Amino acid sequence: MSVTIEQVKYTAALARLQFSDEELVKLSEDLNQILKYMDKMNEIDTSDVEPLSYPVDVRKPLREDEVLPGVTREEALRNAPEHDEKFFKVPKVINQS
Amino acid sequence: MTDYLIYEPVIGLEVHAQLLTNSKIFCSCPAEFSVEPNVHVCPVCLGHPGVLPVLNKKAVEFAVMMGLATNCKINQYSVFARKNYFYPDLPKGYQVSQYDKPLCSGGYFKILNSEGKESRIGVTRIHLEEDAGKLIHDSGFGSSVDVNRCGTPLIEIVSEPDIRSAEEAVRYLNGLRQVLQYLGICDGNMEEGSFRCDANVSVRLQGTQELGTKTELKNMNSFRNVEKAIKYEIGRQIELIGEGKPVIQQTLLWDPDEELALPMRGKEDAHDYRYFPEPDLMPVTITDEWLNEIKFQLPELPETRKSRFIENYGLPVYDSEVLTSSKEIADYFEELASNLSDYKMASNWVMVEVLGKINELKLSINQFPVPAVNLSRLLYLIIDGTVSNKIAKEVFTEMMASGADADEIINKKNLIQISDAGQIQTIIENIVRAHPGQIKEYIEGKEKVFGFFVGKVMKETGGKANPKIVNDLLLKYLLKLRTQSE
Repeated sequence: MSVTIEQVKYTAALARLQFSDEELVKLSEDLNQILKYMDKMNEIDTSDVEPLSYPVDVRKPLREDEVLPGVTREEALRNAPEHDEKFFKVPKVINQS
Repeated sequence: MTDYLIYEPVIGLEVHAQLLTNSKIFCSCPAEFSVEPNVHVCPVCLGHPGVLPVLNKKAVEFAVMMGLATNCKINQYSVFARKNYFYPDLPKGYQVSQYDKPLCSGGYFKILNSEGKESRIGVTRIHLEEDAGKLIHDSGFGSSVDVNRCGTPLIEIVSEPDIRSAEEAVRYLNGLRQVLQYLGICDGNMEEGSFRCDANVSVRLQGTQELGTKTELKNMNSFRNVEKAIKYEIGRQIELIGEGKPVIQQTLLWDPDEELALPMRGKEDAHDYRYFPEPDLMPVTITDEWLNEIKFQLPELPETRKSRFIENYGLPVYDSEVLTSSKEIADYFEELASNLSDYKMASNWVMVEVLGKINELKLSINQFPVPAVNLSRLLYLIIDGTVSNKIAKEVFTEMMASGADADEIINKKNLIQISDAGQIQTIIENIVRAHPGQIKEYIEGKEKVFGFFVGKVMKETGGKANPKIVNDLLLKYLLKLRTQSE
């Protein structure tokens, strides 16, 4: 498996990242190195091995449905680049996802 | 002209139901709605770096309950996944949802189809996920973000494309909502967005199996709009096909004012969600023991309750359906009926008087000013003859207005029914004496005059005379007069 520069560009766009042409070449090379290693691992027959989502079999305790205080609005807004007294402010968006 | 009947609509629904937990799904912030923006927040739902989500046990239980109620298989091992997309209502840049290993799958839900026959709508899956925040677009250059709703627990209920008309879609939705409310896990308010629905719609020639190109309808915030939007879209697709034009796979937004569904702006590649297992959450493991506990807690569901109303109370199917349409109404009826022997009478009072008032005043039954126990006392007083049915309705109106109980009103207004035969006989004789003209007519065979006398007696007694006794005594007396004159 390998990726083209176009695919790297597309993936970068999905992650909202922007690269120069030189960087794209370098990234494609790096990614293809990684994928080559994956191919190597794929040579092992895993057809009768259950896929593993998590490396450790720990059952994480669940939380009881209790309300605890969070942070105040002032604290919540403090780190935002743009805000008014009540809201986080972002550039206008109209498209819905 | 396009022949609509040769086409068969194929509809699948995606329903989002907001769960009635106290706290959010992955943090301890309140899940309830707040008018004030950005007050139910903490580093977890704000998406700050380095925080870890912890799953709310109740949210899992609620989702399992809905799975059981829709005959789903409960997957005792299920996995959360990240659905990645950038939108300002999603601080983390991804929504925690479930993907290839949902909590519940492979169920079905029964509805009555357009021909009145039972039809099974497949439930593909029910999974848990977090809600996004809210964007407000009103102010000048930017948009305002309110994070309160971020992390509110949702279940998404995905149906198979088994629905064949807009009416069936509404029936399915109504049924799901009724069950959610019975389970007490969602308030089902479509206008306020705690119960939302998207529809996948396509059409195909009757009798064919292959699916047509589908479109996805969004932004339908009432049952009425769901029905209108689906009807509109079915018509649009049939016309396109009739003209030999292709249906384009796209998302359409319903505009309730223009009654049109318009394509949503935005690039389709925005839908490359790159799901992957959420590394911050362990898989959800539901032990047999836990599953049994949840099964044990499952309340009686609408179908079962309806059957029980028919069997135990001997009520007609129609009554049972109306009375079990919501859990609260059914509870009200059962509390009312628990002290009475005449269940049909109790049913009539709930269906006509109580529900009539509720609809008129747009109340929920929980806001109804006459508690079941008070109404029960009033009905008891009808059965034992203290008041007539007619007077009871007046007392009932007074009970609603003042909140006083039946006995209080009856005593204060002196409304106790006159059942004393001697007293009624005296009144009858006085009235007959005062109306020689009418009595002459009756004797001559004009039966209608009987009603005139009944009216007079009732008027004289302020409507309090026992109607049955009045009828009996009056008939006896008038017939006697008639015989005497012969």
